[in-house]
Amino acid sequence: MLKVYNCDLHIHTCLSPCAELDMHPKALVQRALEKKLDMIAISDHNASANVPYVIAAAAGKNLHVIPAMEITTSEEVHLLALFESLSDLMKLQIVVDQHLFGENDETRFGVQAIVNEQGEVEGLNNQLLIGATDLTIDNIIDTIHQLGGLAIPAHIDRESFSVLSQLGFINDDSHFDALEISKLTGMEQGRIRYGHLGHYPFLTSSDAHFIRDIGTSTTNILLEKPTFTELKMALLKQSGRHILE
Amino acid sequence: MKIENIVQALGLEVKCGKDSLGKEVTGGYTGDLLSDVMGNSKEGYIWITRQVHQNIVAVASLKEHAGIILINSSQPTQETLQKAEAEKIPIMVSDLPAFEISGKIYNLLTAKS
Repeated sequence: MLKVYNCDLHIHTCLSPCAELDMHPKALVQRALEKKLDMIAISDHNASANVPYVIAAAAGKNLHVIPAMEITTSEEVHLLALFESLSDLMKLQIVVDQHLFGENDETRFGVQAIVNEQGEVEGLNNQLLIGATDLTIDNIIDTIHQLGGLAIPAHIDRESFSVLSQLGFINDDSHFDALEISKLTGMEQGRIRYGHLGHYPFLTSSDAHFIRDIGTSTTNILLEKPTFTELKMALLKQSGRHILE
Repeated sequence: MKIENIVQALGLEVKCGKDSLGKEVTGGYTGDLLSDVMGNSKEGYIWITRQVHQNIVAVASLKEHAGIILINSSQPTQETLQKAEAEKIPIMVSDLPAFEISGKIYNLLTAKS
């Protein structure tokens, strides 16, 4: 039976330099449950080492975690990649690691902590995660699709790091699976402002970098159960699954 | 001043649009955010950028730019070249960074003849 599920498909962890250290897997999952979220996607900047710990923290709870990443393309567009399995995400991580350069400076950009589901620090990532890869957006979309993932440009309404700020407009032949509207604009305004892009499904997410932001902007989706496969069907409007207006 | 004069003076490598080098250059704009370039550049401008995505052709065509110069030896993608050829937009490549190529073109365009 189809049911409405409350989804926040863009959440950072303390691995992202710009996120607070309190965004560790256990605390993040606890907050997601308090906010009655059914499905979340964990998407750190160019990194994924905390995803397995968020999945572990959510084990046995009514919360599905989608392995994801927010990749910075060479055009400096933030692109979300969502996957069914952790192993698919790890394959993308290998590609990203080969195309991301520079070292992090904690004092300038922030700490990039890998923290397990118990809240214990496992290590620090020293890559320049805030930087851009040298992979073009079209190239990354192809890679995501080859791995069976979903490619969604993040916060298209923002004036920085968005596909519209960087590339001016969205081509008809861009193979995006959906477009994300930030909570600043919201779904309703987004549909009006970007009516010409209405042939793409729209999502809105919190893009949370702080615990208090989790679940502050969510998308209600009609699904049989909260899983990646069902989400994919909803984006394609298959078998009654779809995003609610 | 025509594009071909700038190409010659600065030793730019012409990647496409060789038949359109006779276009008159009325000014220039330097920027990598296409939303910014669309908002602030004008017809007849030469556009200096690091962005190589095919959308640069649409922006240059829409704004009726004289041509595009890619900096730091950046290479246009295959799609960009095909679209630029079809739209007759000249794309040139310089090995200089944006600051230097912009300064040189500014001097050429403002030099008293």
